[in-house]
Amino acid sequence: MSTLHLLHPIRRHGVRALSSMNRVSAGLAAEPVGFIAGVLVLAYVLGTLLAPLVAPYSPPATDLAARLAPPSRAHWFGTDALGRDVLSRTMYGARVSIPVGLLTVGISAVAGTALGMSGAYFRGGIDVVGARLVELLQAFPYLIFAIGMMAFLGPGFWNLIWALALKGWIEFYRLARGETLSQAKMEYVEAAHAIGYPSSWILVSEILPNIVNTVTVVAMLRLGYFMVLEASLSFLGVGIPPSIPAWGSMISDGRNVLFVAWWVSTIPGLALLVLVLAINLLGDRMREILNPRRRTG
Amino acid sequence: MRLLRILQRVLLAIPVAVGVAVLAFFSLHLLPGDPVQIMLGDTNTSAALIRSVQHELHLDQPLHVQLALFLGQLARGDLGTSIVQHRAVTAIIAEALPATIELTVATIVIAVLIALPLGLAGAIHPGSWIDRTVLSISLLGASMPAFWFGLLLILFFAVDARALPTSGQIDSAIGVPPVTGFLLVDSLLAHNGAAFLSVVRHLVMPALTLGVVFAAVLARTVRSSMVDVLHRQYVTTARAKGVPETAVVVKHALRNALIPAVTVAGLQVGELLGGNMIVETVFAWPGLGRLVVNSIFAKDYVVVQAAVMLYAITYVAANLVVDVAYTALDPQMELG
Repeated sequence: MSTLHLLHPIRRHGVRALSSMNRVSAGLAAEPVGFIAGVLVLAYVLGTLLAPLVAPYSPPATDLAARLAPPSRAHWFGTDALGRDVLSRTMYGARVSIPVGLLTVGISAVAGTALGMSGAYFRGGIDVVGARLVELLQAFPYLIFAIGMMAFLGPGFWNLIWALALKGWIEFYRLARGETLSQAKMEYVEAAHAIGYPSSWILVSEILPNIVNTVTVVAMLRLGYFMVLEASLSFLGVGIPPSIPAWGSMISDGRNVLFVAWWVSTIPGLALLVLVLAINLLGDRMREILNPRRRTG
Repeated sequence: MRLLRILQRVLLAIPVAVGVAVLAFFSLHLLPGDPVQIMLGDTNTSAALIRSVQHELHLDQPLHVQLALFLGQLARGDLGTSIVQHRAVTAIIAEALPATIELTVATIVIAVLIALPLGLAGAIHPGSWIDRTVLSISLLGASMPAFWFGLLLILFFAVDARALPTSGQIDSAIGVPPVTGFLLVDSLLAHNGAAFLSVVRHLVMPALTLGVVFAAVLARTVRSSMVDVLHRQYVTTARAKGVPETAVVVKHALRNALIPAVTVAGLQVGELLGGNMIVETVFAWPGLGRLVVNSIFAKDYVVVQAAVMLYAITYVAANLVVDVAYTALDPQMELG
């Protein structure tokens, strides 16, 4: 990946970024697996945005006469113990998982990449602080760290994102630090120095475009993981407040009626599994397509 | 050289452990409000009681004194006292720990039993349909939320077949005199076959849930390190000498492929510990993970603080063991 710039030594960065975008979409469209995964993710995003328009029922609307109704034409995926429509609640559940996943990945990627690049480039205090922080945070298994944080912060949308991002950035930090170290030795960086560009400009305009592909692939692969973590926390009751429909808490609700109404737990879990699987597949394909060794070799 | 590196690794783990303790100390101060008031429940607690508990937890001292007292206690192996249960936290944790260890060992055994043959089958013919199936299963497993998979297993085994228990560690009617705390061991010591069988039956589903999820990651690792090793020159040499293929795979390749596989597995211990927490909740397994979750809802924050710290220290220790083992086993270290 660090050899990417050698392939296009004189291309403008904008063109380079565009070409990798095109390469990803063209590459994905050419393979059935990548194509299906892409369509699935797109469908989820659309469903999330349009949920208020297309969901057949209001998610908190209870219908005690139709408690635990099995899947039927009125309720495609049945109803839960309070007679709430499982399909509608599952659609609304995506409005928790997807934003939590995206925001956590976004905050983690930006913070981690910025800290990792500056650490590798400027060394000194910032590098030492970053390394110590990473060492400390790595001592905690991820889920346990997040549960511990949420135990003390209490349930909540933003609390959840901070609890996840507070440890999520370290992977991006390590990646960006390593990539920046190897890029900094390259001739184009030396050339930029010789011309007299300021260091911050070199970091942002010269080095960043060369590592942004790698960061994007890792971000994609972490996205699904963050969503599973969010669902796990909501399942345990320490994630999203129970008043908001989230996949994890819906699965947890269904546990009590598992023997009489399998659909209450199964459907939201399936929704989560399919989305995470599609995202992971997409990430895997992106990694293959953007891997320069595959293109040259 | 080798010894020096091992020593260096061990020494580096000490400040991390201290850092974990300091972080755990501050966690109590993340609570929105006075920790004691929250733990005692906010209504009708007398100011005198709050003050006495604050004094007991040293919360009436300046912060740096609190920290010093907290670290001093830790150094003596004292994890504090639960306000909710009025008992020493070490005793509470010691009760829960054996169940978690039994579950973890069973999980690892199941994961290895599944992952090793799958990984090998994939590696022997890379690109074949067997290999593609193994990789697909592994991706599916890696995307699977463990708590949901556990519920599917309950649906499949318990509801339909009514064959396996879905909660607890042993039938409530069966009593085993506690000796070691490990029910599997204790039931054997008591020569109680029925108890042993009951524990095994309770263990199957939680261990299978986490074992299958963990095996997915492990199978991928075994496969890729086997593919790598099978292309090495010494394997080609062994084949050229006419060594039978089974012997090539098992004796020459597998032994070398296991070093990176074990390393990656070691790094996954964190996932295993976290997954334990989830699975213990799903199956009401009376271990450390369920203790943490229950303590959160009981607002027993001293127990949460101690247990999270214990998880982190275990994780650091596990990583250290893997690292040291790798350094000790890696033949290339001698050259470096």
